[in-house]
Amino acid sequence: MTRPVWILLAALALAFPLSLLAGQVWISPFSPPLPNAPAILMELRLPRAVLALVLGAGLGAAGAAMQGYLRNPLADPGLFGIAPAAALGAVLSFYTGYQAQAFTLPLFALLGASGAMGLLALIAGRAGSIALFTLAGMMVASLAGALTSLAISLSPNPFALSEIVTWLMGALADRGWHEVRIAAPFTLVGLALLWRAAPALDALALGEAAARSLGVDPARLLWLMIAAIGLIVGSGVAVAGMIGFVGLMVPHMVRPFTDQRPSSTLLPSALAGALLLLVADCLCRIMPLKGGELRLGIALSLAGAPFFLRLLLGMRRKIG
Amino acid sequence: MLEALGLGVRGRLNNVTAQLRSGRVTAICGPNGAGKSTLVGALAGLIAPASGTVTLASQPLTDLTPQERARRIGYLPQSAEVAWNLSVRTLAALGRLPHRTPAAQDADIVDEVLGTLGLSALADRPLSTLSGGERARALLARVLATQPQWILADEPLAALDLAHQRGLIRHFRKLAQDGRGVVLVVHDLALAMNHADHVVVLDRGGIAAQGAPQAALSEEVIARVWNLDARWLGDPGHRALAF
Repeated sequence: MTRPVWILLAALALAFPLSLLAGQVWISPFSPPLPNAPAILMELRLPRAVLALVLGAGLGAAGAAMQGYLRNPLADPGLFGIAPAAALGAVLSFYTGYQAQAFTLPLFALLGASGAMGLLALIAGRAGSIALFTLAGMMVASLAGALTSLAISLSPNPFALSEIVTWLMGALADRGWHEVRIAAPFTLVGLALLWRAAPALDALALGEAAARSLGVDPARLLWLMIAAIGLIVGSGVAVAGMIGFVGLMVPHMVRPFTDQRPSSTLLPSALAGALLLLVADCLCRIMPLKGGELRLGIALSLAGAPFFLRLLLGMRRKIG
Repeated sequence: MLEALGLGVRGRLNNVTAQLRSGRVTAICGPNGAGKSTLVGALAGLIAPASGTVTLASQPLTDLTPQERARRIGYLPQSAEVAWNLSVRTLAALGRLPHRTPAAQDADIVDEVLGTLGLSALADRPLSTLSGGERARALLARVLATQPQWILADEPLAALDLAHQRGLIRHFRKLAQDGRGVVLVVHDLALAMNHADHVVVLDRGGIAAQGAPQAALSEEVIARVWNLDARWLGDPGHRALAF
Protein backbone atom coordinates (compact mmCIF):
# COMPACT_ATOMS: atom_id res chain seq x y z
CA MET A 1 0.00 0.00 0.00
CA THR A 2 1.21 3.45 -0.80
CA ARG A 3 1.87 6.34 1.57
CA PRO A 4 -1.30 8.36 0.82
CA VAL A 5 -3.35 5.26 1.64
CA TRP A 6 -1.68 4.92 5.06
CA ILE A 7 -2.12 8.63 5.78
CA LEU A 8 -5.81 8.50 4.86
CA LEU A 9 -6.31 5.36 6.95
CA ALA A 10 -4.70 7.08 9.92
CA ALA A 11 -6.86 10.18 9.43
CA LEU A 12 -9.98 8.00 9.28
CA ALA A 13 -8.94 6.12 12.42
CA LEU A 14 -8.70 9.49 14.17
CA ALA A 15 -11.80 11.15 12.69
CA PHE A 16 -14.19 8.25 13.14
CA PRO A 17 -14.22 8.12 16.97
CA LEU A 18 -14.11 11.93 17.19
CA SER A 19 -17.15 12.20 14.92
CA LEU A 20 -19.10 10.03 17.35
CA LEU A 21 -18.52 12.53 20.16
CA ALA A 22 -19.55 15.64 18.24
CA GLY A 23 -23.09 16.87 17.82
CA GLN A 24 -25.77 18.95 19.49
CA VAL A 25 -25.08 16.89 22.58
CA TRP A 26 -21.31 16.67 23.05
CA ILE A 27 -20.13 13.46 24.63
CA SER A 28 -16.86 13.74 26.49
CA PRO A 29 -14.96 10.55 27.24
CA PHE A 30 -13.40 12.26 30.29
CA SER A 31 -16.52 13.40 32.15
CA PRO A 32 -19.16 11.19 33.79
CA PRO A 33 -21.32 9.53 31.12
CA LEU A 34 -24.70 11.03 30.28
CA PRO A 35 -27.57 8.67 30.97
CA ASN A 36 -28.60 8.63 27.29
CA ALA A 37 -25.07 8.50 25.89
CA PRO A 38 -25.15 4.81 24.88
CA ALA A 39 -28.39 5.34 22.96
CA ILE A 40 -27.06 8.46 21.20
CA LEU A 41 -23.86 6.66 20.27
CA MET A 42 -25.24 3.31 19.18
CA GLU A 43 -28.54 4.30 17.62
CA LEU A 44 -27.86 7.79 16.22
CA ARG A 45 -24.21 8.58 15.69
CA LEU A 46 -22.62 5.22 14.94
CA PRO A 47 -24.98 4.29 12.08
CA ARG A 48 -24.74 7.83 10.72
CA ALA A 49 -20.93 7.72 10.78
CA VAL A 50 -20.89 4.26 9.18
CA LEU A 51 -23.28 5.50 6.50
CA ALA A 52 -21.01 8.51 5.84
CA LEU A 53 -18.05 6.12 5.39
CA VAL A 54 -20.01 3.82 3.07
CA LEU A 55 -21.47 6.57 0.88
CA GLY A 56 -18.27 8.64 0.83
CA ALA A 57 -16.14 5.65 -0.13
CA GLY A 58 -18.59 4.71 -2.86
CA LEU A 59 -18.88 8.22 -4.30
CA GLY A 60 -15.13 8.86 -4.13
CA ALA A 61 -14.23 5.63 -5.93
CA ALA A 62 -17.09 6.06 -8.40
CA GLY A 63 -15.79 9.54 -9.24
CA ALA A 64 -12.24 8.26 -9.78
CA ALA A 65 -13.53 5.47 -12.01
CA MET A 66 -15.75 7.83 -14.02
CA GLN A 67 -12.87 10.24 -14.60
CA GLY A 68 -10.75 7.30 -15.75
CA TYR A 69 -13.49 5.93 -17.96
CA LEU A 70 -14.29 9.23 -19.66
CA ARG A 71 -10.59 10.24 -19.61
CA ASN A 72 -11.76 13.58 -18.32
CA PRO A 73 -10.84 15.13 -14.97
CA LEU A 74 -14.16 16.99 -14.87
CA ALA A 75 -16.31 13.84 -15.01
CA ASP A 76 -18.54 12.96 -12.09
CA PRO A 77 -20.67 9.90 -11.26
CA GLY A 78 -23.75 12.09 -11.79
CA LEU A 79 -23.00 12.27 -15.52
CA PHE A 80 -24.58 8.90 -16.18
CA GLY A 81 -27.99 10.18 -15.20
CA ILE A 82 -28.31 7.47 -12.55
CA ALA A 83 -28.54 9.88 -9.60
CA PRO A 84 -31.35 12.00 -11.15
CA ALA A 85 -33.20 8.82 -12.10
CA ALA A 86 -32.89 7.47 -8.54
CA ALA A 87 -34.11 10.85 -7.24
CA LEU A 88 -37.07 10.64 -9.60
CA GLY A 89 -37.95 7.23 -8.17
CA ALA A 90 -37.70 8.57 -4.64
CA VAL A 91 -39.82 11.63 -5.49
CA LEU A 92 -42.48 9.40 -7.00
CA SER A 93 -42.60 7.46 -3.75
CA PHE A 94 -43.38 10.72 -1.90
CA TYR A 95 -45.89 11.60 -4.52
CA THR A 96 -47.82 8.38 -4.07
CA GLY A 97 -47.92 8.99 -0.35
CA TYR A 98 -46.25 5.75 0.64
CA GLN A 99 -43.13 7.31 2.03
CA ALA A 100 -44.21 6.45 5.54
CA GLN A 101 -43.11 2.90 4.92
CA ALA A 102 -39.41 2.76 5.51
CA PHE A 103 -38.64 0.51 2.57
CA THR A 104 -40.76 2.22 -0.11
CA LEU A 105 -38.55 5.25 -0.72
CA PRO A 106 -35.26 3.34 -1.15
CA LEU A 107 -37.07 0.72 -3.20
CA PHE A 108 -38.49 3.36 -5.56
CA ALA A 109 -35.09 5.06 -5.77
CA LEU A 110 -33.36 1.79 -6.59
CA LEU A 111 -36.03 1.09 -9.21
CA GLY A 112 -35.35 4.52 -10.70
CA ALA A 113 -31.60 3.83 -10.74
CA SER A 114 -32.04 0.41 -12.34
CA GLY A 115 -34.42 1.93 -14.90
CA ALA A 116 -31.66 4.39 -15.86
CA MET A 117 -29.07 1.59 -15.96
CA GLY A 118 -31.33 -0.46 -18.22
CA LEU A 119 -31.96 2.47 -20.53
CA LEU A 120 -28.23 3.25 -20.77
CA ALA A 121 -27.40 -0.36 -21.52
CA LEU A 122 -30.13 -0.53 -24.14
CA ILE A 123 -28.95 2.59 -25.95
CA ALA A 124 -25.18 2.27 -25.70
CA GLY A 125 -24.51 -1.25 -24.43
CA ARG A 126 -23.80 -3.16 -27.61
CA ALA A 127 -21.44 -0.66 -29.21
CA GLY A 128 -19.51 0.02 -26.01
CA SER A 129 -18.80 3.51 -27.31
CA ILE A 130 -17.88 6.04 -24.65
CA ALA A 131 -19.18 9.06 -26.57
CA LEU A 132 -22.54 7.40 -27.22
CA PHE A 133 -22.72 6.41 -23.59
CA THR A 134 -22.05 9.94 -22.33
CA LEU A 135 -24.78 11.34 -24.57
CA ALA A 136 -27.19 8.62 -23.43
CA GLY A 137 -26.36 9.52 -19.81
CA MET A 138 -27.06 13.18 -20.44
CA MET A 139 -30.37 12.29 -22.06
CA VAL A 140 -31.39 10.11 -19.10
CA ALA A 141 -30.34 12.87 -16.68
CA SER A 142 -32.35 15.52 -18.48
CA LEU A 143 -35.41 13.26 -18.82
CA ALA A 144 -35.29 12.29 -15.14
CA GLY A 145 -34.81 15.94 -14.13
CA ALA A 146 -37.79 17.04 -16.21
CA LEU A 147 -40.00 14.27 -14.82
CA THR A 148 -38.93 15.13 -11.27
CA SER A 149 -39.89 18.76 -11.84
CA LEU A 150 -43.20 17.61 -13.28
CA ALA A 151 -43.85 15.40 -10.25
CA ILE A 152 -43.03 18.32 -7.94
CA SER A 153 -45.27 20.73 -9.84
CA LEU A 154 -48.15 18.25 -9.69
CA SER A 155 -47.58 17.63 -5.99
CA PRO A 156 -50.90 16.88 -4.27
CA ASN A 157 -50.32 19.02 -1.17
CA PRO A 158 -47.81 21.51 0.24
CA PHE A 159 -46.57 19.03 2.86
CA ALA A 160 -45.55 16.53 0.22
CA LEU A 161 -43.94 19.36 -1.73
CA SER A 162 -41.89 20.54 1.21
CA GLU A 163 -40.86 17.01 2.05
CA ILE A 164 -39.78 16.31 -1.54
CA VAL A 165 -37.72 19.48 -1.77
CA THR A 166 -36.03 18.90 1.60
CA TRP A 167 -35.28 15.29 0.77
CA LEU A 168 -33.76 16.17 -2.59
CA MET A 169 -31.11 18.27 -0.85
CA GLY A 170 -29.41 15.19 0.56
CA ALA A 171 -28.54 14.56 4.20
CA LEU A 172 -27.52 11.90 6.67
CA ALA A 173 -29.64 13.32 9.51
CA ASP A 174 -31.93 10.79 11.19
CA ARG A 175 -30.50 7.90 9.19
CA GLY A 176 -30.02 4.66 11.10
CA TRP A 177 -28.94 1.03 10.75
CA HIS A 178 -31.84 0.44 8.39
CA GLU A 179 -30.23 2.73 5.79
CA VAL A 180 -26.79 1.19 6.41
CA ARG A 181 -28.26 -2.23 5.68
CA ILE A 182 -29.64 -0.97 2.36
CA ALA A 183 -26.62 1.02 1.16
CA ALA A 184 -23.67 -1.06 2.41
CA PRO A 185 -24.19 -4.28 0.42
CA PHE A 186 -24.95 -2.47 -2.85
CA THR A 187 -21.97 -0.15 -2.40
CA LEU A 188 -19.61 -3.01 -1.58
CA VAL A 189 -20.64 -4.94 -4.68
CA GLY A 190 -20.26 -1.75 -6.73
CA LEU A 191 -16.76 -1.17 -5.33
CA ALA A 192 -15.78 -4.77 -6.12
CA LEU A 193 -16.92 -4.26 -9.72
CA LEU A 194 -14.87 -1.04 -9.98
CA TRP A 195 -11.78 -2.94 -8.82
CA ARG A 196 -12.38 -5.47 -11.59
CA ALA A 197 -12.63 -2.62 -14.11
CA ALA A 198 -9.43 -0.94 -12.89
CA PRO A 199 -6.84 -2.45 -15.31
CA ALA A 200 -9.11 -1.64 -18.28
CA LEU A 201 -9.46 1.94 -17.03
CA ASP A 202 -5.65 2.21 -16.96
CA ALA A 203 -5.44 1.01 -20.55
CA LEU A 204 -8.05 3.58 -21.58
CA ALA A 205 -5.56 6.33 -20.72
CA LEU A 206 -4.03 5.52 -24.12
CA GLY A 207 -7.33 5.99 -25.98
CA GLU A 208 -10.02 3.54 -27.01
CA ALA A 209 -8.13 1.92 -29.90
CA ALA A 210 -4.93 1.32 -27.94
CA ALA A 211 -6.95 0.01 -24.98
CA ARG A 212 -8.64 -2.51 -27.23
CA SER A 213 -5.28 -3.50 -28.67
CA LEU A 214 -4.24 -4.29 -25.08
CA GLY A 215 -7.11 -6.76 -24.79
CA VAL A 216 -9.77 -4.51 -23.23
CA ASP A 217 -13.31 -5.51 -24.20
CA PRO A 218 -15.19 -2.17 -24.38
CA ALA A 219 -18.64 -3.73 -24.07
CA ARG A 220 -17.63 -5.64 -20.91
CA LEU A 221 -16.09 -2.51 -19.43
CA LEU A 222 -19.26 -0.53 -20.17
CA TRP A 223 -21.42 -3.12 -18.41
CA LEU A 224 -19.08 -3.15 -15.41
CA MET A 225 -19.25 0.65 -15.21
CA ILE A 226 -23.04 0.81 -15.55
CA ALA A 227 -23.51 -1.86 -12.89
CA ALA A 228 -20.94 -0.42 -10.48
CA ILE A 229 -21.96 3.23 -10.77
CA GLY A 230 -25.63 2.24 -10.73
CA LEU A 231 -25.28 0.23 -7.51
CA ILE A 232 -23.17 2.84 -5.73
CA VAL A 233 -25.00 5.99 -6.80
CA GLY A 234 -28.44 4.40 -6.84
CA SER A 235 -28.18 3.04 -3.31
CA GLY A 236 -26.56 6.28 -2.13
CA VAL A 237 -29.41 8.42 -3.42
CA ALA A 238 -31.89 5.88 -2.07
CA VAL A 239 -30.76 6.39 1.52
CA ALA A 240 -29.44 9.96 1.58
CA GLY A 241 -30.81 11.94 -1.36
CA MET A 242 -28.60 13.85 -3.76
CA ILE A 243 -25.03 14.36 -2.54
CA GLY A 244 -22.95 16.01 -5.23
CA PHE A 245 -19.35 17.10 -5.72
CA VAL A 246 -17.73 14.31 -3.65
CA GLY A 247 -17.12 12.24 -6.78
CA LEU A 248 -15.70 15.25 -8.59
CA MET A 249 -13.54 16.73 -5.84
CA VAL A 250 -12.01 13.73 -4.15
CA PRO A 251 -10.12 12.18 -7.09
CA HIS A 252 -8.56 15.60 -7.76
CA MET A 253 -7.35 15.87 -4.19
CA VAL A 254 -5.65 12.46 -4.22
CA ARG A 255 -4.39 12.22 -7.83
CA PRO A 256 -1.24 14.37 -7.33
CA PHE A 257 -0.10 11.90 -4.65
CA THR A 258 -0.43 8.84 -6.91
CA ASP A 259 1.19 7.76 -10.19
CA GLN A 260 -1.99 9.13 -11.85
CA ARG A 261 -3.25 5.81 -13.23
CA PRO A 262 -7.01 5.48 -12.63
CA SER A 263 -6.40 2.19 -10.80
CA SER A 264 -4.07 3.86 -8.31
CA THR A 265 -6.56 6.64 -7.58
CA LEU A 266 -9.44 4.25 -6.75
CA LEU A 267 -8.48 3.24 -3.21
CA PRO A 268 -7.22 6.68 -2.07
CA SER A 269 -10.37 8.25 -3.55
CA ALA A 270 -12.57 5.80 -1.66
CA LEU A 271 -10.75 6.58 1.61
CA ALA A 272 -10.68 10.34 1.02
CA GLY A 273 -14.37 10.30 0.04
CA ALA A 274 -15.21 8.49 3.27
CA LEU A 275 -13.17 11.01 5.27
CA LEU A 276 -14.70 14.01 3.48
CA LEU A 277 -18.27 12.87 4.02
CA LEU A 278 -17.60 11.93 7.65
CA VAL A 279 -16.07 15.31 8.44
CA ALA A 280 -18.62 17.29 6.41
CA ASP A 281 -21.53 15.53 8.09
CA CYS A 282 -19.98 16.17 11.48
CA LEU A 283 -19.58 19.89 10.71
CA CYS A 284 -23.20 20.06 9.52
CA ARG A 285 -24.27 18.50 12.80
CA ILE A 286 -22.45 20.97 15.03
CA MET A 287 -22.99 24.11 12.96
CA PRO A 288 -25.44 26.37 14.74
CA LEU A 289 -28.30 26.98 12.33
CA LYS A 290 -31.78 28.20 13.07
CA GLY A 291 -34.44 25.57 12.41
CA GLY A 292 -32.30 22.42 12.35
CA GLU A 293 -28.96 21.49 10.86
CA LEU A 294 -27.33 22.42 7.58
CA ARG A 295 -28.16 19.86 4.86
CA LEU A 296 -25.11 17.86 3.84
CA GLY A 297 -25.94 18.15 0.12
CA ILE A 298 -26.05 21.94 0.37
CA ALA A 299 -22.87 22.12 2.42
CA LEU A 300 -20.92 20.02 -0.08
CA SER A 301 -22.22 22.02 -3.03
CA LEU A 302 -21.23 25.23 -1.22
CA ALA A 303 -17.75 23.83 -0.65
CA GLY A 304 -17.66 22.27 -4.11
CA ALA A 305 -18.34 25.37 -6.18
CA PRO A 306 -15.19 27.28 -5.17
CA PHE A 307 -13.18 24.09 -5.53
CA PHE A 308 -14.51 23.69 -9.05
CA LEU A 309 -13.70 27.32 -9.80
CA ARG A 310 -10.13 26.85 -8.59
CA LEU A 311 -9.82 23.82 -10.86
CA LEU A 312 -11.09 25.80 -13.84
CA LEU A 313 -8.74 28.69 -13.11
CA GLY A 314 -5.84 26.23 -12.90
CA MET A 315 -6.83 24.81 -16.28
CA ARG A 316 -7.14 28.29 -17.76
CA ARG A 317 -3.61 29.07 -16.60
CA LYS A 318 -2.36 25.88 -18.24
CA ILE A 319 -4.08 26.74 -21.53
CA GLY A 320 -3.11 30.42 -21.45
CA MET B 1 2.94 -14.53 -41.10
CA LEU B 2 0.16 -11.97 -40.78
CA GLU B 3 -2.21 -12.24 -43.70
CA ALA B 4 -5.16 -10.26 -44.99
CA LEU B 5 -7.34 -12.47 -47.16
CA GLY B 6 -9.91 -10.70 -49.34
CA LEU B 7 -10.43 -8.09 -46.66
CA GLY B 8 -13.42 -5.77 -47.04
CA VAL B 9 -14.51 -2.98 -44.70
CA ARG B 10 -17.61 -1.16 -45.86
CA GLY B 11 -16.75 2.02 -47.73
CA ARG B 12 -13.07 1.85 -46.80
CA LEU B 13 -11.39 -1.38 -47.93
CA ASN B 14 -12.22 -3.56 -50.88
CA ASN B 15 -10.92 -7.11 -51.35
CA VAL B 16 -7.46 -6.49 -49.90
CA THR B 17 -5.12 -9.47 -49.87
CA ALA B 18 -1.62 -9.02 -48.47
CA GLN B 19 0.95 -11.30 -46.88
CA LEU B 20 3.17 -9.73 -44.27
CA ARG B 21 6.18 -11.65 -43.02
CA SER B 22 7.93 -11.31 -39.74
CA GLY B 23 11.60 -10.35 -39.75
CA ARG B 24 11.03 -7.42 -42.06
CA VAL B 25 9.73 -3.87 -42.09
CA THR B 26 6.57 -3.46 -44.16
CA ALA B 27 5.49 0.05 -45.12
CA ILE B 28 1.88 0.80 -45.97
CA CYS B 29 1.65 3.82 -48.27
CA GLY B 30 -1.11 5.59 -50.12
CA PRO B 31 -2.82 8.95 -50.50
CA ASN B 32 -5.14 10.34 -47.81
CA GLY B 33 -8.32 8.29 -47.56
CA ALA B 34 -6.76 5.25 -49.25
CA GLY B 35 -7.58 3.03 -46.25
CA LYS B 36 -4.14 2.73 -44.64
CA SER B 37 -5.28 3.19 -41.04
CA THR B 38 -8.28 0.93 -41.67
CA LEU B 39 -6.00 -1.83 -42.97
CA VAL B 40 -3.68 -1.54 -39.96
CA GLY B 41 -6.69 -1.48 -37.62
CA ALA B 42 -8.09 -4.62 -39.26
CA LEU B 43 -4.68 -6.35 -39.14
CA ALA B 44 -4.49 -5.51 -35.43
CA GLY B 45 -7.93 -7.05 -34.91
CA LEU B 46 -9.48 -3.72 -33.88
CA ILE B 47 -11.78 -3.32 -36.90
CA ALA B 48 -14.05 -6.23 -37.75
CA PRO B 49 -14.03 -6.74 -41.53
CA ALA B 50 -17.33 -7.05 -43.37
CA SER B 51 -15.78 -9.71 -45.58
CA GLY B 52 -12.56 -11.71 -45.66
CA THR B 53 -10.32 -12.65 -42.74
CA VAL B 54 -7.07 -11.76 -41.07
CA THR B 55 -4.93 -14.72 -40.08
CA LEU B 56 -1.93 -14.85 -37.77
CA ALA B 57 0.24 -17.93 -38.39
CA SER B 58 -2.66 -19.37 -40.44
CA GLN B 59 -5.08 -18.98 -37.52
CA PRO B 60 -8.00 -16.54 -37.92
CA LEU B 61 -7.53 -13.56 -35.60
CA THR B 62 -11.12 -13.96 -34.43
CA ASP B 63 -10.21 -17.36 -32.91
CA LEU B 64 -7.85 -15.69 -30.43
CA THR B 65 -9.06 -14.26 -27.14
CA PRO B 66 -8.52 -10.47 -26.86
CA GLN B 67 -5.68 -11.12 -24.36
CA GLU B 68 -3.96 -13.63 -26.61
CA ARG B 69 -4.21 -11.26 -29.56
CA ALA B 70 -2.91 -8.40 -27.41
CA ARG B 71 0.13 -10.44 -26.36
CA ARG B 72 1.03 -11.22 -29.98
CA ILE B 73 0.15 -8.00 -31.82
CA GLY B 74 1.22 -4.61 -30.48
CA TYR B 75 -0.55 -1.57 -31.90
CA LEU B 76 0.64 2.01 -31.78
CA PRO B 77 -2.19 4.39 -32.71
CA GLN B 78 -1.73 7.60 -34.63
CA SER B 79 -2.89 9.74 -31.72
CA ALA B 80 -0.12 10.35 -29.20
CA GLU B 81 -2.57 11.60 -26.60
CA VAL B 82 -2.37 10.08 -23.11
CA ALA B 83 -5.18 11.03 -20.74
CA TRP B 84 -3.14 11.39 -17.55
CA ASN B 85 0.27 12.84 -16.91
CA LEU B 86 1.92 9.45 -16.33
CA SER B 87 5.64 8.94 -15.87
CA VAL B 88 7.53 7.26 -18.71
CA ARG B 89 7.91 4.10 -16.64
CA THR B 90 4.20 3.95 -15.70
CA LEU B 91 3.25 4.47 -19.35
CA ALA B 92 5.56 1.70 -20.54
CA ALA B 93 4.26 -0.62 -17.80
CA LEU B 94 0.75 -0.39 -19.28
CA GLY B 95 2.12 -2.60 -22.04
CA ARG B 96 2.32 -5.44 -19.50
CA LEU B 97 -1.46 -5.47 -18.95
CA PRO B 98 -2.23 -8.40 -21.29
CA HIS B 99 0.34 -10.63 -19.55
CA ARG B 100 -0.73 -10.86 -15.91
CA THR B 101 2.81 -11.74 -14.89
CA PRO B 102 4.33 -10.99 -11.45
CA ALA B 103 5.07 -7.30 -10.85
CA ALA B 104 8.81 -7.89 -10.38
CA GLN B 105 9.06 -9.60 -13.76
CA ASP B 106 7.07 -6.77 -15.37
CA ALA B 107 9.40 -4.18 -13.84
CA ASP B 108 12.48 -5.97 -15.21
CA ILE B 109 11.02 -6.12 -18.71
CA VAL B 110 9.98 -2.46 -18.60
CA ASP B 111 13.47 -1.42 -17.45
CA GLU B 112 15.03 -3.43 -20.24
CA VAL B 113 12.76 -1.84 -22.86
CA LEU B 114 13.44 1.66 -21.52
CA GLY B 115 17.15 0.91 -21.73
CA THR B 116 16.89 -0.28 -25.34
CA LEU B 117 15.10 2.91 -26.36
CA GLY B 118 17.52 5.15 -24.44
CA LEU B 119 14.82 6.21 -21.97
CA SER B 120 16.35 4.99 -18.69
CA ALA B 121 17.33 8.48 -17.59
CA LEU B 122 13.81 9.76 -18.30
CA ALA B 123 12.00 6.85 -16.62
CA ASP B 124 10.54 8.90 -13.78
CA ARG B 125 9.79 12.04 -15.79
CA PRO B 126 6.13 12.90 -16.38
CA LEU B 127 5.03 12.84 -20.03
CA SER B 128 4.21 16.55 -20.04
CA THR B 129 7.91 17.37 -19.66
CA LEU B 130 9.10 15.35 -22.67
CA SER B 131 9.95 16.59 -26.14
CA GLY B 132 8.07 15.21 -29.16
CA GLY B 133 10.80 12.73 -29.95
CA GLU B 134 11.08 11.48 -26.37
CA ARG B 135 7.32 11.14 -26.20
CA ALA B 136 7.25 9.06 -29.41
CA ARG B 137 9.88 6.72 -27.94
CA ALA B 138 7.96 6.47 -24.66
CA LEU B 139 4.81 5.47 -26.56
CA LEU B 140 6.80 2.88 -28.49
CA ALA B 141 8.20 1.59 -25.18
CA ARG B 142 4.62 0.84 -24.10
CA VAL B 143 4.15 -1.33 -27.22
CA LEU B 144 7.51 -3.09 -26.82
CA ALA B 145 6.88 -3.82 -23.14
CA THR B 146 4.16 -6.23 -24.28
CA GLN B 147 6.93 -8.14 -26.14
CA PRO B 148 4.67 -8.76 -29.14
CA GLN B 149 5.69 -10.77 -32.20
CA TRP B 150 4.10 -8.07 -34.38
CA ILE B 151 4.33 -4.30 -34.11
CA LEU B 152 1.75 -2.32 -36.07
CA ALA B 153 2.20 1.44 -35.99
CA ASP B 154 -0.07 4.04 -37.58
CA GLU B 155 2.09 6.93 -38.78
CA PRO B 156 4.62 6.74 -35.94
CA LEU B 157 6.99 9.18 -37.68
CA ALA B 158 4.46 11.85 -38.67
CA ALA B 159 5.15 14.50 -36.04
CA LEU B 160 8.90 13.98 -35.71
CA ASP B 161 11.84 15.96 -37.03
CA LEU B 162 14.34 14.25 -39.33
CA ALA B 163 16.81 13.21 -36.65
CA HIS B 164 14.10 11.64 -34.51
CA GLN B 165 12.58 9.95 -37.57
CA ARG B 166 15.94 8.34 -38.31
CA GLY B 167 16.37 7.33 -34.68
CA LEU B 168 12.97 5.66 -34.53
CA ILE B 169 13.45 3.96 -37.91
CA ARG B 170 16.67 2.44 -36.56
CA HIS B 171 14.69 0.97 -33.66
CA PHE B 172 12.09 -0.47 -36.03
CA ARG B 173 14.82 -1.97 -38.24
CA LYS B 174 16.46 -3.53 -35.19
CA LEU B 175 13.15 -5.08 -34.14
CA ALA B 176 12.75 -6.61 -37.61
CA GLN B 177 16.33 -7.95 -37.45
CA ASP B 178 15.43 -9.62 -34.17
CA GLY B 179 12.74 -11.52 -36.07
CA ARG B 180 9.64 -9.49 -35.28
CA GLY B 181 7.15 -8.28 -37.84
CA VAL B 182 7.05 -4.49 -38.17
CA VAL B 183 4.24 -2.78 -40.11
CA LEU B 184 4.33 1.01 -40.45
CA VAL B 185 1.93 3.43 -42.09
CA VAL B 186 4.27 5.90 -43.77
CA HIS B 187 3.56 9.06 -45.77
CA ASP B 188 7.14 9.81 -46.70
CA LEU B 189 7.76 7.69 -49.81
CA ALA B 190 11.54 8.18 -49.70
CA LEU B 191 11.54 6.82 -46.17
CA ALA B 192 9.58 3.76 -47.30
CA MET B 193 11.83 3.34 -50.34
CA ASN B 194 15.07 3.48 -48.31
CA HIS B 195 14.14 1.68 -45.10
CA ALA B 196 11.32 -0.78 -45.78
CA ASP B 197 11.80 -4.36 -46.97
CA HIS B 198 8.31 -4.60 -48.37
CA VAL B 199 5.76 -1.97 -49.41
CA VAL B 200 1.98 -2.19 -49.76
CA VAL B 201 0.47 0.69 -51.73
CA LEU B 202 -3.22 1.31 -51.21
CA ASP B 203 -5.46 3.43 -53.40
CA ARG B 204 -9.15 4.08 -52.79
CA GLY B 205 -9.49 1.03 -50.54
CA GLY B 206 -7.77 -1.44 -52.85
CA ILE B 207 -4.22 -2.68 -53.39
CA ALA B 208 -2.48 -0.61 -56.09
CA ALA B 209 0.90 -2.32 -55.81
CA GLN B 210 2.89 -4.45 -53.39
CA GLY B 211 6.33 -5.99 -53.26
CA ALA B 212 9.90 -4.81 -52.95
CA PRO B 213 10.13 -1.00 -52.56
CA GLN B 214 11.72 -0.46 -55.98
CA ALA B 215 8.81 -2.16 -57.71
CA ALA B 216 5.92 -1.10 -55.48
CA LEU B 217 7.02 2.55 -55.41
CA SER B 218 8.13 2.87 -59.02
CA GLU B 219 7.71 6.18 -60.79
CA GLU B 220 4.87 4.63 -62.78
CA VAL B 221 2.99 3.62 -59.57
CA ILE B 222 3.51 7.09 -58.05
CA ALA B 223 2.12 8.71 -61.22
CA ARG B 224 -0.91 6.40 -61.21
CA VAL B 225 -1.76 6.50 -57.48
CA TRP B 226 -0.66 9.98 -56.36
CA ASN B 227 -1.12 11.59 -59.76
CA LEU B 228 2.38 13.08 -59.47
CA ASP B 229 5.09 13.28 -62.04
CA ALA B 230 8.05 12.33 -59.84
CA ARG B 231 11.51 10.93 -60.37
CA TRP B 232 13.77 8.90 -58.03
CA LEU B 233 17.29 10.28 -57.64
CA GLY B 234 20.36 8.83 -55.93
CA ASP B 235 21.62 5.32 -55.19
CA PRO B 236 19.59 2.48 -53.68
CA GLY B 237 19.25 3.00 -49.93
CA HIS B 238 19.76 6.75 -50.30
CA ARG B 239 17.06 7.71 -52.71
CA ALA B 240 15.20 10.98 -52.86
CA LEU B 241 12.10 11.93 -54.75
CA ALA B 242 12.24 14.90 -57.11
CA PHE B 243 9.21 16.54 -58.69
